[in-house]
This record gives sequence, structure tokens and C-alpha cells, in this order.
Amino acid sequence: MLKTGKDIGIVETKFLTFAQPPDQLLLESGEKLGPITLAYETYGNLNADRSNAVLIFHALSGDAHAAGYHEGDDRPGWWDNMIGPGKAFDTDKYFVICSNVIGGCKGSTGPSSENERNGRPYGLDFPIITVKDMVNAQARLVDYLGIDRLLCVAGGSMGGMQALQWAVAYPSRVRSAIPIATTARHSPQQIAFNEVGRQAIMADPNWNGGDYYRGKAPTRGLSVARMVGHITYMSDESMAEKFGRRFRESEVKEKFEPDFEVEGYLQYRGDNFVKRFDANSYLYITKALDYFDLYNGKGLEHLLQGVKARFLVVAFKSDWLYPAYQSREIVRACKLSGVDATYCELNSSYGHDAFILETEEQEYLVKHFLASVSEGNGNGH
Amino acid sequence: MNTGIVEAERQDYRIITGWVTEGASVLELGCGGGELLQMLSRQKHATVSGIEIDENYIFKCVSRGLSVAHQDIDDGLSEYADQAFDFVIINQCLQEVRKPHIVLSEALRVGRRAIIGFPNFAHYSARLQLAVRGRAPVTAALPYQWYDTPNLHFLSIRDFYEYCGKNGISIERQVFLDGKKQVRIWPNLLAGSAIFQISRNRPALLQ
Repeated sequence: MLKTGKDIGIVETKFLTFAQPPDQLLLESGEKLGPITLAYETYGNLNADRSNAVLIFHALSGDAHAAGYHEGDDRPGWWDNMIGPGKAFDTDKYFVICSNVIGGCKGSTGPSSENERNGRPYGLDFPIITVKDMVNAQARLVDYLGIDRLLCVAGGSMGGMQALQWAVAYPSRVRSAIPIATTARHSPQQIAFNEVGRQAIMADPNWNGGDYYRGKAPTRGLSVARMVGHITYMSDESMAEKFGRRFRESEVKEKFEPDFEVEGYLQYRGDNFVKRFDANSYLYITKALDYFDLYNGKGLEHLLQGVKARFLVVAFKSDWLYPAYQSREIVRACKLSGVDATYCELNSSYGHDAFILETEEQEYLVKHFLASVSEGNGNGH
Repeated sequence: MNTGIVEAERQDYRIITGWVTEGASVLELGCGGGELLQMLSRQKHATVSGIEIDENYIFKCVSRGLSVAHQDIDDGLSEYADQAFDFVIINQCLQEVRKPHIVLSEALRVGRRAIIGFPNFAHYSARLQLAVRGRAPVTAALPYQWYDTPNLHFLSIRDFYEYCGKNGISIERQVFLDGKKQVRIWPNLLAGSAIFQISRNRPALLQ
């Protein structure tokens, strides 16, 4: 549908440290966290009236490196097909920011960071964090960048939750929101899958109550958690297409060694994941997802009262982890509270992964929606 | 959903745009690519939004900067409050929904007024094809063969009058078309399509 633009080229992750004691960030749990470092990247240029900033959020295992290449890398950032010159988030027009979340392990303060109090990694001394806390920390980054009002907040999956949280918590600072393949509250099924992952990590003897940074990491547990995750990110159809019932080429020497291709793939993804992700971060972030509930015992429409942002809500038909009905509930709440919302349920066989993989239609929607928001005319004028 | 009869559609767009009041709030059910909504937004400064089931039309609407929800109007409009819109428009798709009675009732619940455009099944050429040739009619306003038509319900102008009478609906305005021409006599025989502006009769106490 669209010509793919040029790449951004070489980019660098930057870091901002704030909330130095005694001015720590007050968390939803009542605990305080500080100092906090956030890893972030920016692409494109902020315009003179600071009105073209777009804040992008990553999903569970993502990071601040959304687009372009790091020096010496041969793979671009995780949403490079959406961010760049001429792309959906057009860096010729918009100043795009992507921030890593607190609780993570990609350069931002999380359980593997050093606890200033004792000079050791936090481990389970790290406080419980929520999506709201992640967003409050990002607000400090946006302040630091000198941006009062964001043109758009956007993300898929956990990134979509942050977009929703931004629109609700900072209504005067958000002109539009693009929550993709996401929900306003985690369902029991979503909590259940996360719990299986957490239990796998905690059942690994190396986990050691979260205190493993000086010894062996709970890689088996984390790997199994990631395998479960990958199953939920794909669809029956995409698995059948990708693997069928094919066997692997290598010869199986032991009983129950993976012989199906799908088994090999899951193991490969799991084994790769442990090289780049911290098990405790996985526990903290999945818990933040599970606590996410914008309904807060009431109708979502009550929370959206006074929200001025325009919404573009996107779901994927084959996504069974974040089923389309959850997106329709967001749209329904928007309509009930008079918030301008566009909804599209895209055809894709990729399941939840579609928001990363099947970007052509998504790119078209985002591009035109953003153009209409930034021109401030909307409504077909 | 606005398929077929392209020439007449432009005429019906002009008529509907003439009826919608300046600055009104408008919801169109089955808004297609959003041509009519865009006209209403530009010419009447209406606050417009649409509902559409076809993904490709959603893309078209978004490229026009319109707000559109990808959903099935047969599922009802429960996300909208009573009388949330000045006008609800159902143009050339009432005959395609599974439950026209529910869709019409919902339209008149969420809209103070509804504008309904539909092909007239009692047009003389349809009558002739059925009566003389014994064939399911294919006309300018009903251009499909029986085996590939999206139309599920066939109604005439007279049927619509009877429906409104039985259901406490007032007809405020009506226009009958044969192609681009307006039809002024014997509409149920000569009109290929009709457009009505209707509203729910309010109990006397509330007026």
C-alpha cells in the first residue's frame, strides 16, 4: 500500500536519571523508587512549537531501540518498519521518542539494577511496579525533553496499555492515542498464562528467591516462560504455516529431545531470550500487566470522561491473547463517553505478533490518522 | 456497503446533505468509504462518524480523516446513548442487514432523526420482470443476480409507509428518485429508490 521509506540509520540509546533521593518517584504501591534511570531513543526533530512529538511504548520484552541500527548491528529496532522517513511514524514530520519501562533490564532501573542502599542488585527488594508507574516515570522524561503536549502516544500489547494509561492519566498532554492489540484490563486467561511463566522461573532452583545475580541465572525457568509466551503470540494458523508437523533435520539421540520443528523453534526462542532478558524483570513486568485494570471496578467510560485525545484502536482477528473484543470494549467506552474513536479489526493470520509483523495495513491507518490529528482538522474536513 | 447505482448516489448525497442541518451531529450506519460523511463535514460542518463492516472501506474512511468503527450494525448500537445524534443515516444498506427492524429501532433511539435511503422493490421494471418474465428482477437500483446479491430484504415504498405507521414513526421528508431524476407521481411504481427523513412519534406529554 505504501512505499517503504529509507531507514533512519545509526541511532544511540540515551539515558536520563532523575528522582534522586529524597525526591523519589511515589509508586502506586505507596513505596518510593529513586534514583531512576530511563533508557530512551529519539528519532527525527522536535519542531519549533514542540507540537510534533510522538511517544512510542514497547511490549513486555521490548526496549527503547525501536528503529534504526545500533553501531555494528545488522538488525534494526523492533518497530523499524513503522518508524522512519516516509513511514507510518514519519521521522521527517514527527519527533519520535521510545522509552524503556521501569522494572525492565534494558538500561532502565529494574530489579537487576544496583540498589543504592547496599550497592547490590535489587532482586526482590525492588518494589512492585504498575503500568501507571511506568507511565509516571515516562512523564518525567517527556518533561525533561521540554514537551508539554504529545501529538500521539502509541504502542502494541503492553505498549497499548501504556498509551491508554497516558490518555487517562494525562488528558491535557495527549492529543491522540493508538492502542494496538491491547486491553484496558488483563483477563483471567491473560493472568493465567503469565502465572505459568512466573511459576516456571520461580521453580528453577537457580532463581534462589530472586537473588541470583552473583551465581547462575534461572535460565531454564525463564526459557520455559518465554516458550509459553511465544505460543500465545502466535495463532494456530501461523504455527501450522510456519512448522506444520515437520521434523527437524538434526537426528534425535535421546528420548524426548525436540524432534518437531515447532519444538526446536520454541527452544531456540527460549534459549535466545535468556541471553537478553532478566528473569526478575520478567516477574515484575508480567505482574504489572496483570494488575492493569483501567476499569477499577467501574465502567471504563467513567474514566474516559474528560479525555480529549482522539483514538485509533487496532485489533487483529487472529489474536487470541488480546482478543478483538477487548479492543471493542475500549472503543465502546470511548463512544459512551463521547471520545472520538476509530476502530479497525485487521485480518492477519499472525496472532498477537501481527502488530510487529503484519504492518502494512497498520502503517496505512497510522499514517493517515496521524496526518489528520496533526493537521488538527479530523472529521473529514 | 454503498455499492451499485453510483450516479443516483451522488443525487442522494446531495439530497441528504440538503436535509442535514448546519453543525449537526451525524452517525452513518454502513458508511462505506465515507464520501457522504465527508460532504456533510465539509458542506454542513457536521460532526460526523460512521460504522462500517468492510475493512477496505475503513482504510478509505481513515485516509479521509474520518472517525469510523469497524463493526456490524446488526449487533446493535448499545455503545451510544439515547438521542446522542441529531441524525442517523442508513443509506442503501437497510436492505442488506439481517435485522432491519432492530437496526431502524436503534437508529431512532440514538438519533433524534433518521434518514433512510433504499431501493424500491416495486419499481415497474422489477414488477414487469417478475410478472411477465417470471424472473427475479435485476434493475438499475437492484443490480444483482439472485445468487450474488448482498440484499437480504426487499421492500417497497408502500411497505415502508406501512412500517412507519405501525411503529409510531413520522415521515418528515421524502424524495423519490429514478436514476438522477426526481419522481413526483406514483413513486411506488416509478421510483427506483426513495429517501425518507423520519422520527419517532413522541407521546403528547413529552412534546
